[in-house]
Amino acid sequence: MKSTLNILTVLFVTLLISCGGKEEKKKEGFSYDKKVTTEKTTTKKVEKIPASKKIDLKNKGIGPIKSLALNTEIDEAMAAKGADVFKKLCTACHRPDKKFIGPAPKDILSRRTPEWVMNMILNPDEMTQKDPLAKALLIEFNGSPMANQNLSEEDARAVLEYFRTLK
Amino acid sequence: MKHLLKLTIAIVSVLVAFTSCNNTSKSNSGALSSSAAEKVYVAPGDHDEFYAFISGGFSGQLSVYGLPSGRLFKVIPVFSQDAEKAYGYNEETKPMLNTSHGFVPWDDAHHPDISQTNGVIDGRWVFINGNNTPRIAKIDLSTFETTEIIEIPNSAGNHSSSFVTENSEYVVAGTRFSIPIPQKDMPIKDYKGNFKGSLSFISIDPEHGHMDIKFQLIMPGFDYDLSHPGRGKSHGWFFFTTYNTEEASTLMEVNASQNDKDFIAAVNWKKIEEYVNNGGGTMMPAKYAHNVYDEATHSATSTMKKEVLTVNPLDVPGAVYFLPTPKSPHGCDVDPTGEYIVGNGKLSANLTVHSFTKMLKAIEDNKVAGEAYGIPILNFEDVLAGVVEQPGLGPLHTEFDGKGNAYTTFFISSEVVKWKIGTWEVVDRQPCYYSVGHLMIPGGNSQKPFGKYVVAMNKITKDRYLPTGPEVTQSAQLYDISGDKMELLLDFPTIGEPHYAAGCPADLIKPRSKKLFKLEDNKHPYAALSEADTKVVRDGKTVHIYMTTIRSHFAPDNIEGIKVGDKVYFHVTNLEQDYDVPHGVSMIGANTSELLIMPGQTETFLWEPKQVGVWPFYCTDFCSALHQEMQGYVRVSPANSNTPLKWSLGEDIE
Repeated sequence: MKSTLNILTVLFVTLLISCGGKEEKKKEGFSYDKKVTTEKTTTKKVEKIPASKKIDLKNKGIGPIKSLALNTEIDEAMAAKGADVFKKLCTACHRPDKKFIGPAPKDILSRRTPEWVMNMILNPDEMTQKDPLAKALLIEFNGSPMANQNLSEEDARAVLEYFRTLK
Repeated sequence: MKHLLKLTIAIVSVLVAFTSCNNTSKSNSGALSSSAAEKVYVAPGDHDEFYAFISGGFSGQLSVYGLPSGRLFKVIPVFSQDAEKAYGYNEETKPMLNTSHGFVPWDDAHHPDISQTNGVIDGRWVFINGNNTPRIAKIDLSTFETTEIIEIPNSAGNHSSSFVTENSEYVVAGTRFSIPIPQKDMPIKDYKGNFKGSLSFISIDPEHGHMDIKFQLIMPGFDYDLSHPGRGKSHGWFFFTTYNTEEASTLMEVNASQNDKDFIAAVNWKKIEEYVNNGGGTMMPAKYAHNVYDEATHSATSTMKKEVLTVNPLDVPGAVYFLPTPKSPHGCDVDPTGEYIVGNGKLSANLTVHSFTKMLKAIEDNKVAGEAYGIPILNFEDVLAGVVEQPGLGPLHTEFDGKGNAYTTFFISSEVVKWKIGTWEVVDRQPCYYSVGHLMIPGGNSQKPFGKYVVAMNKITKDRYLPTGPEVTQSAQLYDISGDKMELLLDFPTIGEPHYAAGCPADLIKPRSKKLFKLEDNKHPYAALSEADTKVVRDGKTVHIYMTTIRSHFAPDNIEGIKVGDKVYFHVTNLEQDYDVPHGVSMIGANTSELLIMPGQTETFLWEPKQVGVWPFYCTDFCSALHQEMQGYVRVSPANSNTPLKWSLGEDIE
């Protein structure tokens, strides 16, 4: 019995080599061990504050905006331009002062860094995949995606300036 | 028991190894050559090297494939309605299918050709002919959409079309069937000498590609089968094969095959252009539609033209010559240098190749063998460059690899034959499965072919794929022609019955491919460019709904005050400004297709409600996790009701 197996094994290896196939190391024996799954029972803490209310003034988000300093004074011309861009490209999902499809931008800079806001506008796909706050927001708002409306950096900056006027 | 198990596994392993070894050695032609599978394998996420635009034949459309993978990317609707894309169904594109015969929702698409600059493919537009109700279409390769269709008057069976000159000066459309010009009520038996064939030279605007019939050459009543432009040294000439020089009108398969030789018509279009520019030609009344799609308004308009400039070839001496060519030649192919004109005599044993230089010499020496309706016929021997002796049966078409070789399809003997230009010797042949018609080498109709692959388009499929009832898919085959011998790499299915294809390197088109339409450039008269612009407007029994879409809602999504008997136009603007986020919309009971609206685009469908009730509409293209929630309602009241017109989103209608 054992010799038959050996002959077959030799034949098998020979065939593999002869047809130029990959040389594989023969496994000794067969194992049918049941895979043991080690389950950890962890109870997640229930997040009580929704992502939209959470305050994080350190996270800059992920995207092209690495650092941004705001002037104390609001640039009214820029804000007016931002209001126009917001009206054209954002109002399908956002109302300035109340929750609609997405969250309201009112007082956003008391909860988020300016960089985070601009990265969310400019790079929403990656943000909602990788940024913990953006991910949580996506879930809070029923999985409704933040659409990438392909704003220029300049337009996104103007929208941010407009957000500063929402109080 | 344990030993038995081991033994069984060992035997199975050996068998598997043996079988796989067999398969491997079968597809390997040598130790150094890689397998066919490797040559056509494009790894997931990688892109193909070439685009192939393969005519959709009797589907009326144009398909877009990748080479070498043979993967289908898109079917571009051209001459036929396409419910998937709402082409010919929505209000914006219905005018594209308008003709002098009214709305014609189908055609038989034949020969795609890509625009050229300086004799080289430039990847801007594809032109393709509708054979049945004669039309030429232009497809813009930045959007992969049909943006223009011009009808060809005085033509029937628009077959020797739609080939482009080497600077895209003209796209040419020749009639296959001769007819009375102008059309009139007359006995069919009086065909001979009374019917005429028209060859139309359609100018192409260099910037926008707009088409306009510059002139029609009114030729004797033969069948003008195929054509190709001169290039390089023969630029300024165009060559057309003819058959039925017998001018028969019945039992054509016998009566149109009597003559030993038919002709290739050589047309000096530069000469005729000059004649026309100097006021030559006769304007004649004609009725033909010119349909243009405007990317800014996302809408097409159809204009009915009233006259066409015709040219009698006898009025322009030296402009047209007949080159005798055996026997009912089909394909008319010009090599990359422009010197050789191949007449694929489909009933001839040999392949005839004419020389452009010899033709010019014969003309210069005024060596004329005779004339046909006043058009000079040159001597066969004076223009002949060479003959490929008995290369196969039933030659149809020839393409070139740019390395001195030609490849000809043989329908009856079902093969592609490779032969050498100049020595006329056959150097290789490969079988086709089955009955090959056209073939295509990317750039094959230009000065610069990319001689890496040839695609053979077969007329008969039979057993090549899993059977699908009596009707089976059409079939193409891909051959590697980079070596001395052709190698069959791949079968892949095609739509309709492909008549010719055009190909080019992907890099010519890929960088220019549009990703979306900018909302700020949208000039559609019924666009709503933000939700603030959405509204419902009644004008008598006509209602216009200015609607928007974004992931994942319509605005408005509740509408009341619509009445039975109204004509309700849904003008839907997709507010998305991101790549690959179209939205669809469809309304219960609408007698039309869905809309499929690209980002930034506006499209319109008509709904004529016939029943009282509350009727839903919804998004048809899965757009986000909340796609199933993208829906709305229209309340339809009786015709005599007083339900006020109201619309809303996110709140109850008051």
